[in-house]
Amino acid sequence: MKRATLDLWVGIFVVAGLTALTVLALKVGNLNLYNMSETYQLQAHFSNIGGLKSKASIKSAGVVVGRVDKITLDPERYEARVTMTIDKHFQFPKDTFANILTSGLLGEQYIGLIPGGDEELLKAGDEIKKTQSAVVLEDLISKFLYSKAEETQ
Amino acid sequence: MIVENLRSIGHRIVEAVWRIGFASRFFFMILLYSGTSFRRFHLTVKELFYSGVMSLIIIMVASMFVGMVLGLQGYETLKRYGSESALGSLVALSLVRELGPVLAALLFASRAGSAMTAEIGLMKATEQISAMEMMAINPLARLIAPRFWAGVISMPLLSALFSATGVFGGYVVGVVLIGVDYGSFWSQMQASVDFQHDIMNGMIKSFVFGIAVTAIALFEGYDAPPTAEGVSHATTRTVVQSSLTILFLDFILTAFMFQGE
Repeated sequence: MKRATLDLWVGIFVVAGLTALTVLALKVGNLNLYNMSETYQLQAHFSNIGGLKSKASIKSAGVVVGRVDKITLDPERYEARVTMTIDKHFQFPKDTFANILTSGLLGEQYIGLIPGGDEELLKAGDEIKKTQSAVVLEDLISKFLYSKAEETQ
Repeated sequence: MIVENLRSIGHRIVEAVWRIGFASRFFFMILLYSGTSFRRFHLTVKELFYSGVMSLIIIMVASMFVGMVLGLQGYETLKRYGSESALGSLVALSLVRELGPVLAALLFASRAGSAMTAEIGLMKATEQISAMEMMAINPLARLIAPRFWAGVISMPLLSALFSATGVFGGYVVGVVLIGVDYGSFWSQMQASVDFQHDIMNGMIKSFVFGIAVTAIALFEGYDAPPTAEGVSHATTRTVVQSSLTILFLDFILTAFMFQGE
């Protein structure tokens, strides 16, 4: 069996196809090679999660530190229970504040963590007590309208 | 008169069912005799050259233009809502999820599928296939299966190339010519395209299309009446049937993959 020119072309084709797939994965998609192998989980209850979806990012000071794992409705408290997977490199104090924020005016929602000043750190499975729900645009508008109506009276 | 008509309708239905049965058996025979195409891989490599490498140019040029059109049209629409920065995600998502796999498969069906049908059909018409059988060479293992696997391997690669070049075309029009912000184009794209959900599902789609297109093309060639007219009809049928099958399968697969979150 000899090497033929044909093999070269087929080789070029296969390499080009695989390169395209890699470009798609790295440049177009968000497959980060930085994988969070060491993680721990935290819980938080929100009275309204707005448009938060699972796999949404969790940021602290704007840096991604984890992902939302799953969102369920707590049947006892009628609140949304959000399970978060957080990179083990980042530890947060017990009185960390979690709120649901929106990137840009109509962008997607994420959870922002604002660390408090407690000496003790959150352990795996702990719950973040202090949370703030998503800002729902309709609530905002109705509040604004009510306050306007009161002013004019 | 009525009896004649009824008889011809019945004949057609029986004929169609017969053909479907034969096609299914043909497909399983290809899978059964696939061993040779991997043991003697140079047979498959040769077909990869004819179906994959030769389709490269049409795929690259077509995807470039599709990406550029997406960039232009997307910009025109998004501008109205002041969200030109979402152009990147619009171009990338439509290419990776739908246009990449579907258009690449349609082009592949007309570029490589028709050639496969014509080649096999003509081999049958000139009795080369019978000659092989006389020499105790299984034409399914020697001719059909390598072509099948070459098509199945090249389709996802072509589709990945299509999407990547298309995104580049959208970038050229959107960022270089129109002047959408470079950073927001790429970052919005990366934020909205998910590797598992979007890119991998697109690849699965193109893999399925590859199976469908090559199986149809090879069957039409193998089943073609051994005349000039028969081969020409079979080639036409390949393009028509595989295009319709691609679009139908695309609907089914999309319904399964992206049924809302």
